[in-house]
Amino acid sequence: MSLKLKVLTKSLWVYHAGCSACNNCDIEILDALTPRYDVERFGIVVVGSIRHADVLLVTGVPNYKTKEELKGLYSQAPQPCLVIAIGNCACGRAMFKDSYNSPCAVDEIIPVDCYILGCPPKPEAIIAGVVKLIQKVGKK
Amino acid sequence: MSHKIVIPLGPHHPLQEEPAFFELSVEGEKVTDIDITVGYVHRGIEKLSESKHFDQVPFLVERICGICSSSHPYAFVLAVEDMLGGEKNIVPERALYIRTIIEELQRIHSHLLWLGLAGHFLGYDTLWMWAWRYREPVLDCFEMITGNRQNYAIFKVGGVRHNIRDEDIPIIKKTIGDLTKVVDMFCGAITDDPVIKARLKGVGVLTKQEAIEWCVVGPTARASGINIDVRRDDPYGIYDQINWNVIVKEEGSVFAKIQVRILELYESINIICQCLEKMPEGEINTEIKDIPIGEGIGRIEAPRGECLHYVRSDGTNRPIRHKIRAPSYMNVPSNKTTVVGETICDAAIILAAVDPCYSCTDRTIVLDRITDKKVLNGWDLIELSRKKTKELRRNFKSILK
Ligand code: SF4
Repeated sequence: MSLKLKVLTKSLWVYHAGCSACNNCDIEILDALTPRYDVERFGIVVVGSIRHADVLLVTGVPNYKTKEELKGLYSQAPQPCLVIAIGNCACGRAMFKDSYNSPCAVDEIIPVDCYILGCPPKPEAIIAGVVKLIQKVGKK
Repeated sequence: MSHKIVIPLGPHHPLQEEPAFFELSVEGEKVTDIDITVGYVHRGIEKLSESKHFDQVPFLVERICGICSSSHPYAFVLAVEDMLGGEKNIVPERALYIRTIIEELQRIHSHLLWLGLAGHFLGYDTLWMWAWRYREPVLDCFEMITGNRQNYAIFKVGGVRHNIRDEDIPIIKKTIGDLTKVVDMFCGAITDDPVIKARLKGVGVLTKQEAIEWCVVGPTARASGINIDVRRDDPYGIYDQINWNVIVKEEGSVFAKIQVRILELYESINIICQCLEKMPEGEINTEIKDIPIGEGIGRIEAPRGECLHYVRSDGTNRPIRHKIRAPSYMNVPSNKTTVVGETICDAAIILAAVDPCYSCTDRTIVLDRITDKKVLNGWDLIELSRKKTKELRRNFKSILK
């Protein structure tokens, strides 16, 4: 494992990009920060700018407008940047795949490292997903 | 000469979980103008819903917005039941009680969530953590009743999908009872705190006249002295058989909006307790075979205000038109008066005070990719709309024959 990745997995700083999500996934992410789950114990912090982030959380089905935004965000992120798709929408467009305003799924725009399913996934599931991601990165 | 500066906020910003783009024009410290760009959350749900059958649409519309994810299906179900002869006539009584309980639990969770976010915007993160911590037991109640923390999937035309089990009732009662103390605490923490008072009193005032002009709804309107509430004015569920009050404040400031929401928490707790007491035994669902030709309207007092669904059916198993008007669509434009003239540091809380929800609000326009000009102007839209009516009329005739 490169030193960069090793340092990165010690304390993940995440940036949350909502791409036409229905809010539930976004709320569950914030929920994971609040006292019952409190992921800040593990050094996971939500930051205000993609330039500070190690992980990009994506929720929702990208539409024509957010598709470009997402591309832009990813290109601004310092590498290595891990991408987590949260919720059925981000993983596979779910029930919005027939919509006129959902051109493609998240993984057709940017590479995704970890998919967390659920509509919305429970905070426990989100934490479990992040743990698996850290293990996966650690094995590399 | 003063400089005019434009401050762009968003679209992805840490302030709100949803993407929306604000442009604040400032002169010195004062905000002189605001422009809001939405459209980051548009998913074409109205159109999608025309391709789903009546039993599937509630699942779709509850994904419009996650915070009020029982209001939209309820409004849709009401609209369909309006075609069938009214909610009261076809839905069993126990189902009406369950619907009311879910609605009110959702109002509690939504108001607590907003309270937390408001505290977060004010730099009062303790309030955020508290509010979200005490929101968890409410979500547990949801999980107990419906099996999911959000997106409850409980509404269906003709009743509800999940029953409240008898052994769960004491647990819900206890959770709700504990919540009263929590709300007392919030009431003390917010309404008696001198700093919060100084920050919010007289800030972002929306006068009664302005509120009427901007057609705001829900708590935003009630904080400006307009006495409206769909639960009382056009009762659905079991609201007409229960004692509760509509909270109205005259002041119109952000502080009044907080007060209205906190006092509404008490009312919601009260309503749930009464419902649990009075809930009769019996069926929770009636089988609906056919949806007749016709059109119906469903109105709901969502946590943010009146939510309206219009459904038209041509006798098949799908709606041929489904129109949704969410409360934030009315509330968000009122920022244009409230923010202008205030200082830039108050802008965040004023923008948040209407409890905006962009996933409900988003509309879309068609742009030419190359020139970036709007391709459709107002007349084109009217033309399109007329064409659609004509088409529908033609189809209607052939169906009616
Ligand atoms: S996965 Fe479900 S909860 Fe998450 S954004 Fe999509 S519809 Fe909403």
